[in-house]
Amino acid sequence: MPHLMTPLAISAYTATSALGRGLQAHADALAASCGGLVPNDFSTAPLDCWIGRVAGVEDEPLPPELAEWDCRNNRLAWIALRQDGFADAVRAARERYGSARIAVLLGTSTASIGATEEGYRRLDHGNMPADLHRPVLHTPHSLASFVAAAFELDGPCLTVATACSSSAKVFANAERMIRLGLIDAAIVGGTDSLCDSVLFGFNSLELVSPEPCRPFDAGRSGISIGEAAGFAILERIEAAKDAPLLIGYGEASDAHHMSTPHPEGLGAELALRDALARAGIEPGDVDYINLHGTASQKNDEVEAALVARTFPATTRASSTKGFTGHTLGAAGVLEAAITLLAMRERQVPANLGATTPDPLCGPQMAWRPEPAEIRIALSNSFGFGGNNACLAFARAEQRA
Amino acid sequence: MSPALSVWIGGIGLWAPGASDWHAFRDIAAAGAAPGESARPLAEVLPPNERRRAPESVLLAAAVAGQAVRMSGRDAATLPCVFASAHGDQVITDYMCETLATAPRELSPTKFHNSVHNAPAGYWTIATGCHAASSAVSGGEEAFGAGLLEAATLAVADDRDVLLASYDIAGTGPLGSMTTTTGPFAVALVLSPRAEGAAVRLDITPERGNSGSDPMGDAWLDGLSASNPSARAVPLMRALALMKPAALRLPAARGLDLHIDIGVAA
Repeated sequence: MPHLMTPLAISAYTATSALGRGLQAHADALAASCGGLVPNDFSTAPLDCWIGRVAGVEDEPLPPELAEWDCRNNRLAWIALRQDGFADAVRAARERYGSARIAVLLGTSTASIGATEEGYRRLDHGNMPADLHRPVLHTPHSLASFVAAAFELDGPCLTVATACSSSAKVFANAERMIRLGLIDAAIVGGTDSLCDSVLFGFNSLELVSPEPCRPFDAGRSGISIGEAAGFAILERIEAAKDAPLLIGYGEASDAHHMSTPHPEGLGAELALRDALARAGIEPGDVDYINLHGTASQKNDEVEAALVARTFPATTRASSTKGFTGHTLGAAGVLEAAITLLAMRERQVPANLGATTPDPLCGPQMAWRPEPAEIRIALSNSFGFGGNNACLAFARAEQRA
Repeated sequence: MSPALSVWIGGIGLWAPGASDWHAFRDIAAAGAAPGESARPLAEVLPPNERRRAPESVLLAAAVAGQAVRMSGRDAATLPCVFASAHGDQVITDYMCETLATAPRELSPTKFHNSVHNAPAGYWTIATGCHAASSAVSGGEEAFGAGLLEAATLAVADDRDVLLASYDIAGTGPLGSMTTTTGPFAVALVLSPRAEGAAVRLDITPERGNSGSDPMGDAWLDGLSASNPSARAVPLMRALALMKPAALRLPAARGLDLHIDIGVAA
């Protein structure tokens, strides 16, 4: 059994997705149940599907001093880092703790592979073209090394790349390092941007829907891929008295299949139980769950059954992928931010996109937005390879 | 000053061109044996059909992880695992980028799901029935040190034995010229927060700066260490092979080293 976790303060957080830049854009879209999916216009030969695209990324190169890292993924990260006063909060933390006492722990599934793809599309006599002769881009570590360099941080710097659970798991990495005194604060989060690898890759697995995704709908037809960036600063609660809290996390493996979830949701349930145990809470304490809810046949089937058999009807649950698309390695932190916003705004987001509920769904599902006092909430993130994570959050008032 | 993290080594696995397991490496590094022929990594943990089809990165990672767990006598099904790699499977990434540039709709679904950085962690947990936490990490050229820091942190924080495997395969195609990984290498350690009869302890403390590594004075070891980001573990593995107390530094990030004191039970 895991130990009870000492809560950590989430002293700053931000998100940028198809819903817009920063928290207020997300709060407005969620309040209005207004999604951000659009017909796919990405890549040279766009597939017939819908995507969650962040407007304007291609028009905003990185500043000259960071030009080595310039690519779509790092541009998206840079846009997100400048919302909600986040960059200033990082600099203040650096001032407070010192550059070596802050870790950069970021999740991504494909990092800046879009830049590598581009290089292959316009090879120069079989070689990477000169303008992309930048080794820092052609590695999964591109995002984390960029963020560490941008803020001149030289503490631990780690990329977690466990597909769609990546930027949820980094909250766990941060908690361990802070608890053991290796660091005083962590920049956690992640970024994934649209690229051919994921659009054509998920298409090859026949998981991409031709219409906007409909999580937990009986007639759902697959995922819509989106891009997003989100970041949070975690530190000890004494450092930020009014901040919302990370109170628990769970991690577990399905041990079942590379691209299909365990049929009974075993890994998802183990991750959930791990998170509840670390947080010291029972299912009945949970007011809201932001579900993984990708709108793939299997994920939603397994997750609906898990929620239906585990939680009382007073626990409200929804997937917000109908708003943003499935943002893959960024989904963990994007949906953590949406969960924290739901607490702040006192509103359970709608399960946008579904019109005919899958009969497997229990009474917990919030098909439409609901006003609610959300004191404790969970966010689920499950990835390829049977990699599962669950995060538990609480309002500042919940601290003991 | 007390070290930030102390972990005991319960098991070791290694595969290098010319040393297909830890014992072969130890004989070269500590007893002056000549490197042998290169044998395909033997991933006995994987079912035979998976072993035939598995990408090179998965074979390499599963082979060393299997060696380390076998030596440790632990049950793989209960061990949380951290798989570290600077670049993941570069052969698959090269295939993906080339196919996407020419015939994107012909992308192989199997290659796609094998392209995820956590493919070795996925195959490993499936093959061993492991439901514990599994992770796949990168730290660029410092991936081994970053992975070691993460695995040791997990072992101490949750008071559990943890499997670390760090692997990289040779680069290929236009991508290969960017990653400068010229040969395959993988290493695995079972790390324990308690002694429990283990002979070797690592006291690990993060320290600012990158000191760079001194040549080991052995052409094979130095060549190996320079060939592959995961092979930045080679100075540590050589010290473990010598079974003598030692101190060394390994990079864990840009601007961050791990100072490691190796303690050996008398």
